[in-house]
Amino acid sequence: MTAIAAPAHPAPGRTLIGYLEAGLDAPICLTWELTYACNLACTHCLSSSGRRDPHELKTSECEAVIDELQRHKVFYVNIGGGEATVRPDFWHLLDYATSHDVGVKFSTNGSRITAAIAARLAASNYVDVQISLDGADAVVNDAIRGPGSYDTALAAMRYLSDAGFRGFKVSVVATRHNIDQLDEFKAIADRFDAQLRITRLRPSGRAVDVWDQLHPTSAQQRQLYAWLLARGEEVLTGDSFFHLAGFGAGLPGLNLCGAGRVVCLIDPVGDVYACPFAIHERFRAGNLRHDGGFIHVWRESELFRQLRSPRSGGACATCFQFDACRGGCPAAKFFTGLPLDGPDPECVRGLGEQALVAREPGGRPRPSQDHSHGRSATPDSPGDARRPCDAHPLSGAPSAASAGQR
Amino acid sequence: MAVAGPAGDHAFDLDHAWDLSRTVVLRPERFGALAYDFRSRRLSMLKDPRLVEVVRRLAECASAREACLAAGVDDGRLPSFARALAALERSGMIHERAPS
Repeated sequence: MTAIAAPAHPAPGRTLIGYLEAGLDAPICLTWELTYACNLACTHCLSSSGRRDPHELKTSECEAVIDELQRHKVFYVNIGGGEATVRPDFWHLLDYATSHDVGVKFSTNGSRITAAIAARLAASNYVDVQISLDGADAVVNDAIRGPGSYDTALAAMRYLSDAGFRGFKVSVVATRHNIDQLDEFKAIADRFDAQLRITRLRPSGRAVDVWDQLHPTSAQQRQLYAWLLARGEEVLTGDSFFHLAGFGAGLPGLNLCGAGRVVCLIDPVGDVYACPFAIHERFRAGNLRHDGGFIHVWRESELFRQLRSPRSGGACATCFQFDACRGGCPAAKFFTGLPLDGPDPECVRGLGEQALVAREPGGRPRPSQDHSHGRSATPDSPGDARRPCDAHPLSGAPSAASAGQR
Repeated sequence: MAVAGPAGDHAFDLDHAWDLSRTVVLRPERFGALAYDFRSRRLSMLKDPRLVEVVRRLAECASAREACLAAGVDDGRLPSFARALAALERSGMIHERAPS
């Protein structure tokens, strides 16, 4: 989100934020995980990716989704996975989207970016690239993303830079181990004429198991907030740190949860979720194959109706910070086993930490699906009909680098 | 996010001819419109339907002032519309063009 242009005396009635919270007729943009296949196995993967799902959308189905997005002027899609570039039709779908007025920003671990691909990407206005990097050196990065993934990401950045691709994104998920590297991340982005993007670690997907150890401490949250505030619009955040607005001035962005209101997620099998960090039955709005297409799901889903209706604030309603943080991130609460109408686990007043201590043991929900390498079935539904395809050639492939969290 | 406000304002030439940038697409919304620039990948929100009307008319009017008047903006509100247009200029959404 960038500029808001308004005359000094806007029309009376609902505020802009009010309109956005009530949901738009079509999302502004959406995240589209094209495949659960990934050549990496990042410990914090938000979609528990690894192996392709045998029921992933076919090329023609993806084209139909793009046609729908074009009709409804959805400006761009954030494509991810898994590692979306391992889909054989990835480059075709990229061209199909951009030739149908749907811009593409895709997240990649960089393993498929060659000099030739970089030149092709640099030539298009409609394509943006995010290279995932979770440490400013190989030690910190590879501990999360796997051996060799740092070198792979840096090589991709070099290819893009050499091809003249200006302003691609270096996408970092903030963790306990890389908060002290913020300046180094910035230097890496600057070196390649790229833009740094730092987003919040959510306890989603495989990160359910590592969030307790990986998420920044409360002192680090404050450090991160101060650093981001000083950088202003120079560093992107995907609006993901609105829960820190209670520290003081809001960070650039809309500072609201857009889930099911202005953004959503389409997963590889066509399930539509409220946001990329909420791959769970609780946040599933429907399936575009079985429920009348994407826009129908977007407009008619009962879940999305609920997300667009006014939220009470619950236990947070009387907090003086509520107007700033809006109660934080529902997905972060859900996957840490906290009530949705209570404080965010990283509440700046420490109320989330207290709630984490007080929560019922064993009450944390598991993601509804798991395509991780080396796991046989989803924890909640062993033997599910959508069980990942063990026979896929990418299954168990040696590590190189995944899109991780975005 | 650059919010249009008094601090960052600069003089906007209401008497020049302007146009929406070629790489910008407008999407009408109940609050006004979303504007997306495919080149800079910037998203802007036009928070007032009348401002959207002004922007739509820029191409066909000899000046931004004429576009404002055609959209029903009265003289007293011209300065605030000029500030909003200046914000759009800064973000590259609109640009000056040769007078037709």
